[in-house]
Amino acid sequence: MLDIQKIRTDFPVLSQKVNGKPLVYFDNGATSQKPQVVIDAISTYYQEINANIHRGVHTLSQLATDAYEVSRAKVKNHINAQFLHEVLFTSGTTFGINLVANGFASILKPGDEVLVSALEHHSNIVPWQMLCEKTGATLKVIPMNENGELIMEEYDRLLSPKTKIVAVNHISNALGTINPVKYMIDKAHEVGAAILIDGAQAVPHLKPDVQELDCDFYVFSGHKMCGPTGIGILYGKEAWLNKLPPYLGGGEMIKEVTFEKTTYADLPHKFEAGTPNIAGGIVLGTAIDYMNEIGFDNIQKQELELLNYATKRLLEIDGLQIFGTSEAKTSVISFNIDGIHPYDIGTIIDKLGIAVRTGHHCAQPIMNFFGIPGTIRASFSFYNTKEEIDLMVDAVKKAQMMLS
Amino acid sequence: MTIKETQNEIIDEFSMFDDWMQRYEYIIDLGKNLPLIKEEFKTDNNLIKGCQSKVWLQGEQNGDTIVFTADSDAILTKGIIAILIRTFSNQKAIDILNADTDFIDEIGLKEHLSPTRANGLVSMIKNIKMYALAFDAKKN
Repeated sequence: MLDIQKIRTDFPVLSQKVNGKPLVYFDNGATSQKPQVVIDAISTYYQEINANIHRGVHTLSQLATDAYEVSRAKVKNHINAQFLHEVLFTSGTTFGINLVANGFASILKPGDEVLVSALEHHSNIVPWQMLCEKTGATLKVIPMNENGELIMEEYDRLLSPKTKIVAVNHISNALGTINPVKYMIDKAHEVGAAILIDGAQAVPHLKPDVQELDCDFYVFSGHKMCGPTGIGILYGKEAWLNKLPPYLGGGEMIKEVTFEKTTYADLPHKFEAGTPNIAGGIVLGTAIDYMNEIGFDNIQKQELELLNYATKRLLEIDGLQIFGTSEAKTSVISFNIDGIHPYDIGTIIDKLGIAVRTGHHCAQPIMNFFGIPGTIRASFSFYNTKEEIDLMVDAVKKAQMMLS
Repeated sequence: MTIKETQNEIIDEFSMFDDWMQRYEYIIDLGKNLPLIKEEFKTDNNLIKGCQSKVWLQGEQNGDTIVFTADSDAILTKGIIAILIRTFSNQKAIDILNADTDFIDEIGLKEHLSPTRANGLVSMIKNIKMYALAFDAKKN
């Protein structure tokens, strides 16, 4: 059993007041809060070993390079990648998806198909649309049902030898649905398609095993798992990363440059042009250590308890409807109240100290599916409590009273 | 009444409230009582897309003044629209162009007009001024 009160003291931001009320932070799906060890690691880096990496022969540069590479190894172990060079540092999930989509421009031909799902975040839709525009390939969409679950029969039907890549999230940001990615990966491979898993919403809740999943690409951001913003990971199978062209040209990614021809560096540097977010990369390792110390089994247990409790409490409210009712979901509740705009609820409960996300959650196709302008999304982390859920329920009731 | 006088009147009204709840309840009331915009004006053309709430705005010339009608799908946004319409409707284009919206800050609603607030209100003010600019240009 986790000692939540003790864990909460690791997160300085949680003890503050907002609008005169104790902060209840339920916007973890947008970004998680940071524990003191992570905050300290950022300043330690700048205070003690700041230097550019992979370049200098001097001691500081060596220390910084070592720390950066140690962190890469932590990520490799965390996601169980086969090789270290399959783990690329990026600025975040969006960058990783764009890198892969851009690379596929050299592979796709008119008539080829790219599959995304109805549950995607805009950042896993738009890069593929741009790719299709560039190459003449066609974008196809795996539909979902009323529970916010992807329809696997439809997925099977859409897959064909024309399918060159499938891009789907592990967990939906707007609804919390956990997609059957293992099944989807196997099915994609049966028709010879590559598959990218957007793990942005998964990594705060679970430890992905990329070898067991057998996905070709797995992307995620550090800031949703207690790490800093501006750092993320693109895992890619060695064969694919060798096949794809570099995304950005610049320093670090080259073997030899002449004005006639440049040869590219080996993996992972081929995809890591320019001075990276060194502090972010190092501190992502700190965040991963922190989460593993708490333990993903414990995290899941606590979050499931919060999800069940919040679902039960919210459904006590008249006219409240939850969107995304799959059996398989993480600690995310998207909801609306009859006749009230989510923006109004969000604004009022903010005044009461409750931080939730309102709007379309960068997933407009999902809102269009349900015929709503948006939802109120409460997303819980392991450091949240049932008492906080009670505060939110009271606040929502108060807002409902004011707005009806 | 001039724009400034209306704004001062609104500041007076809001000064009676002790806390944010009373202020918000008043805004909600204003939103509920905002005269309906004619259905024919609720077009895509008149739609100001904020990230979260939609705002429709229509401006019509009436003599040498402009009459604004508007609507929103969110009630708080609608309430603030009511305040803005009370301020800017039935005013001359040149006065609208010269007016500021600092009074919003004074009635404790500054955050609603912040450019980072995705409610369409900042764009609404911009569009009110655009109407005024267009009418003013036509006059000259």
